[in-house]
Amino acid sequence: MRYMSLIKIDPAGVPEGGPSEELMTEMGKLIEEMTKAGVLLDTAGLAPLEESTRVQLSGGKLTVIDGPFTEAKEFVGGYALTQCRSKEEAIEWGKRFLAIHGDQWEIALEIREVQEAA
Amino acid sequence: MNQTDERARRAVEAVWRIEAPRLIAGLARIVGDLALAEDLAQDALVAALEQWPGEGVPRNPGAWLMTIGKRRAVDLIRRDQTYARKLELIGADLDADEPEPDAIEDDLLRLVFTACHPVLAPQARVALTLRLLGGLSTADIGRAYLVPEPTIAQRIVRAKRLLAQKQVPFEVPAGAQLAERLASVLEVVYLIFNEGYSATAGDDWMRPALCEEALRLARVLSGLMPAEPEVHGLTALLEIQASRVAARTGAKGGVVLLADQDRGRWNQLLIRRGFSALAKADAVAKARRQAPGPYALQAAIAASHARALSAAETDWATIAGLYDALIKLQPTPVVALNRAVAVAMARGPAAGLALVDELAADHALKDYHLLPAVRADLLTRLGRYDEARDELERAAPLAQNGAERALLLERAAALPK
Repeated sequence: MRYMSLIKIDPAGVPEGGPSEELMTEMGKLIEEMTKAGVLLDTAGLAPLEESTRVQLSGGKLTVIDGPFTEAKEFVGGYALTQCRSKEEAIEWGKRFLAIHGDQWEIALEIREVQEAA
Repeated sequence: MNQTDERARRAVEAVWRIEAPRLIAGLARIVGDLALAEDLAQDALVAALEQWPGEGVPRNPGAWLMTIGKRRAVDLIRRDQTYARKLELIGADLDADEPEPDAIEDDLLRLVFTACHPVLAPQARVALTLRLLGGLSTADIGRAYLVPEPTIAQRIVRAKRLLAQKQVPFEVPAGAQLAERLASVLEVVYLIFNEGYSATAGDDWMRPALCEEALRLARVLSGLMPAEPEVHGLTALLEIQASRVAARTGAKGGVVLLADQDRGRWNQLLIRRGFSALAKADAVAKARRQAPGPYALQAAIAASHARALSAAETDWATIAGLYDALIKLQPTPVVALNRAVAVAMARGPAAGLALVDELAADHALKDYHLLPAVRADLLTRLGRYDEARDELERAAPLAQNGAERALLLERAAALPK
C-alpha cells in the first residue's frame, strides 16, 4: 500500500536559521536508508510559505491570494510517498524522520493511505 | 486483546519487519548458522513483544534487538556445549560494537545469496526469501500462495536443514561464481513477482501484495549491488509491470489484456522509476562493456509499451528488434511466442503466424494455453475465423486460472460465424 506523509510545521517551532547542516546530513542518510529499503517512492520539500499562492473557491467565487500567510498556525513543509506493508510501518518510518529533528522543532506528520484508482 | 494492545502489537511487528533481515543477517554471520540465527532473532522478537508495548519502541530498535540476540547466543553457549564448539570455531565477535552500514549491507548480501542458494528448489528459495528477507510470517506466505501454513513451515524447515547438511557457507560468492549465483537470486524475485502478477492457481487474477514484496526486494538488491546491471534491469522491469496493476483487472474482476488497458490508470510514478532504473542498467552495462542482459531487454520492451500513450501508438518495430536480441539470450518457447506476436504487429499477421507455426512443432509447448490463443488471434486477423474458434476452444481448458479461461471462451463466442 502507498502512504502520503505530509510534513506539518509550526512557524513558531522552527529553530533560528532553519534546518541545521547536521539535520540535513541525517535526513540525507534516512532518505538513503528508506530508498535502499525499497520503501521511499518520492519525497520533496516545498518552497517557503511566503512563496505560496492560494486559489480559493467560496460562494461560487474564485480568488487568488499570494503569501505571506502570516496568520498560519501550521503549514505543509514537504511530503514523502512511501510503499509500506501497513500503516504501522509508515508510522514507524515517520517517527524516525521526526526523531532526527531534535528538541528545537515543533513538527508533525499527517500520514494517510493513498487511495488506489478503483 | 483490547484496541491499545492490538495497536502496540502491530507497531512492534512493523518495526520487526523493517529490522528482521538485518538482525538475522548479522546474527547469521556471528554464529555461522542460519537456522540458529533465526531462532535467536525470534527470541528477540518475543522480548520486543513483551517489553515495547509497556516501555515504548526504543530509539534504535535494530541495536536493541541485536543486543538481545547476542545475549541469547551467550546463554546458549553457557547451556549447550554443541553450540559452544560451533561458536568457538567461528570465533564469535559477540562483544563487537554496532557494525558500520557497509558491514550491515555485506551481511544482508550474504543472507540474500544463502536464502537463494541453487541447492534449494525454487519453491524453497521463495519461501526462505520471503521469510528471512521479507519478514513475512509463514501464515502470510501461505495466504499469498494459497498453501496451508504448515506446508510453508515445513518447506522452510527442510530448506534450512538442507543448507546445513550441504554445509553451505554464509558468504557472498566470489568472482566467476557471482554471475551464476546472482541469476539464481534474481530468478527468485522474478518468481515472486510473477506469482502475484498472474496467479497460476485459483480464480484470483492477481495478488498485489506479492508484487509489492518482489518490487521491494528488487529495490533492496539495487541498493546492495549497484554495480550489477541485471539487478537494475530486473527492478526496471518490475517497476513498469507494477505500474499496470490497476489497469489489468476489469470491473468484474476479469482480465484486461495490455492492448485493451486504460492507460490513464497506469501509475506514472512507477513508470518513471522504471525508466530511471533502466537508464542505470544501461549505464552500468556500458561502463562494464557488456551488452544488455535478458532483464534489461525485457525492461526495455516494457518501457517501449509504457511510452505509447495508446495501443495504436506502440512502436512494434523497436519491440520486435528487442525480442530479436532477447531470443538470442533466452531461446525459450515463451520468448519465441512473444517475439512472434511482436513480429506480427510490426511486419503483419502472416509473418507472425509463420513463426508461431514453427513453434507449434515444439513438444514442450503442447499444454501452454497461450500458443493456441496467439495462433487464434493471428488467424482472426487473417479472417480465418473457424480455425481461430477451434484454437480458442482448445486453449481454454489449458488456462491456469478461471479469469483467463473465461476470457478465452468469451473471445471464441465473439468471433463471426
